Amino acid sequence: MKMRNHKSLLGRLADPSAEEFKQALSLSQRWQPYELLRFYESMVRIRLVEEAIAELELNGESKCPCHLGIGQEAAAVGVAVGLRSSDRAFGAHRSHSHFLAMGGTSESLIAEILGKITGCSKGMGGSMHLYGEKFGFMGSVPIVAGTVPLAVGAGLAAKMDGNGDIAIAFFGDGASEEGVIHESLNLASQYELPVLFVCENNLYSSHLDITQRQPSDSIARYANAHCVNSLVVEGNDVISVADSALELISELRAGNGPAFLEAITYRWRGHVGASENIDVGVRRSLEDMTAWKTRDPISRLSTAIIDKYPELKSDVDSKFKAIKIEIKNALSSARNAPYPEVNQNWEALFSKEPTG
Amino acid sequence: MKVDYGSAILSGFEYLLENYPEVFVMGQGLWSPWYVGNSMTNLEKKFGQKRVIDTPVSESACTGAAVGASLCGYKPIVVHPRVDFMLYAMDPIINQAAKWSHMLGGQASPSVTIRGIVNRGGEQGAQHSQALHSWFAHVPGLRVAMPATVQDARDLLIASVLSPDPVLYIDDRWLYDQVDELPPVKLSKLSDISPKIIHEGTDVTLVGCSYSLRQCIEVAEEFFTQGISCEVIDLRIINPLDCKVVCNSVAKTGRLCVVDGGWSTCGLAGEVIASVSERIDTEIWRAKPTRLSLTNTPAPTSKPLEDNYYTSHEDIVSAVKRLLEP
Repeated sequence: MKMRNHKSLLGRLADPSAEEFKQALSLSQRWQPYELLRFYESMVRIRLVEEAIAELELNGESKCPCHLGIGQEAAAVGVAVGLRSSDRAFGAHRSHSHFLAMGGTSESLIAEILGKITGCSKGMGGSMHLYGEKFGFMGSVPIVAGTVPLAVGAGLAAKMDGNGDIAIAFFGDGASEEGVIHESLNLASQYELPVLFVCENNLYSSHLDITQRQPSDSIARYANAHCVNSLVVEGNDVISVADSALELISELRAGNGPAFLEAITYRWRGHVGASENIDVGVRRSLEDMTAWKTRDPISRLSTAIIDKYPELKSDVDSKFKAIKIEIKNALSSARNAPYPEVNQNWEALFSKEPTG
Repeated sequence: MKVDYGSAILSGFEYLLENYPEVFVMGQGLWSPWYVGNSMTNLEKKFGQKRVIDTPVSESACTGAAVGASLCGYKPIVVHPRVDFMLYAMDPIINQAAKWSHMLGGQASPSVTIRGIVNRGGEQGAQHSQALHSWFAHVPGLRVAMPATVQDARDLLIASVLSPDPVLYIDDRWLYDQVDELPPVKLSKLSDISPKIIHEGTDVTLVGCSYSLRQCIEVAEEFFTQGISCEVIDLRIINPLDCKVVCNSVAKTGRLCVVDGGWSTCGLAGEVIASVSERIDTEIWRAKPTRLSLTNTPAPTSKPLEDNYYTSHEDIVSAVKRLLEP
């Protein structure tokens, strides 16, 4: 099929050869060293948990479909910086990062993927149905764009509550091809709801490159169409993401309606599972992948921290080692945890209705 | 004082909005009697447009938003003035609301009520006429309420909204002018509400729900004058479907006729007959069970075809007579 000429609005942000995005991050005075270390720790946790999950698939321990976000850690961590536990976030199929960045534990995620009762969803959901209401993660589902209107409803609830809480919809570029995204943007905009739409544009939906799906690579253009304020950021720069998210979130908390954050990024693994999916789709070449890996959100931050604060090198190293141990322990307890009882299949179907 | 079915729904909304600040209503046409008959008249004036929200033409996002708000401490009711248009909202109903509790280990439950109105007849045709309750009754995790009486029109709405589970409440515009006494509200848990015998009888069991229940009552009244005793059962809640009352009745009568306003194939009537057949002994049957449901075509618009399309009083009378043949 002949396709119309693709109009790139993202330019160098989506260009894997753009050298300026491969350098160590520039660190403003806004962020204290302990905060930078926390960003680093959170991204390393996501990276190493997901690598461990990939291993579980490769060694045959887990058959549960897992959509890994390795390479995209900065988006989740940067947004989570601006959130509080009474905010309400909804995720999608690639949401391990959101769950962990907001406060979910490695152990409850790994146990969930192994179908154990100690999992965050009591072993009933697997990788694609994560739950952590205690820290504001309301749930994730794999139906593309399925939770976006739910987040709009959470925004409606937040507006009715009037506490300055906000709702967050995490989704990918593919979700913008679903009609309900446009209905949701319209509704949130028309009712001035405090909803932060966060699009991680990794330039792929399953196997198809964005040039094969849309006449332009910009997703924020839909926000403009619905009169929703938007920012587009280098999604592998956790500082840029955090700065932009905070700017938008303060507007949301002030009651100035919804906002849209588009983070340009790239996933290092395939749509689902541990494989890299090289040469699936048009632009997913080994060359592109190699170039994108030099835009690594984690090493760009750790290099910047050590350049600016050489005395923090031992902290950076010890954080990394601590996370490795945390995950080793998480794997061990998840493996040893029991499966749910069979009757949980019926017990979980309906809520226990209060009497009276 | 007698009130009509539409007013009974309205009084259910008033009761809920007055007593439960976490209840709000959203949907298309809520500020217009043209969409929802007399069932929501002046609610927005009485309770404000922030709690009774007329929405953009976005069934999917509005239903999803109601599901989302229900996960945040609210008890929303989302109204679809025609079931046909509600089909745009299948993902939030089937994939999200119905699955939410189960797939998250029972830790969260969307206490949302989806009101779908069946609005058919009058030569409206294929896309303004559908009664799809059997589809929804097929889905685990979604409670489906089908009020047939004036009192149930109000009380099932209240029980649906107060239920912590997602509920589809379906009312039928053909029932709106039915009048009856409306006693004061007495709260019941939706999960305790089950099929009920409306008329006791000994010769034939007639089962209906929503509008088809009205038809069953009229047929039973006609047979009563001829000395034939029909037991009429109102299903009321079709998911989860509890067939105990029907089984007990058939054990007594040995004859079963199920009338349903949906299509025949994989429909509610077939489900009732199958459930009863599995549970009672074969020697109890005095005649083969029978169902009256819509023929497997969309609704036609042309008057004579439409008249032929819907199950009539005479169709049910003939079916019962066949059951009674020696």
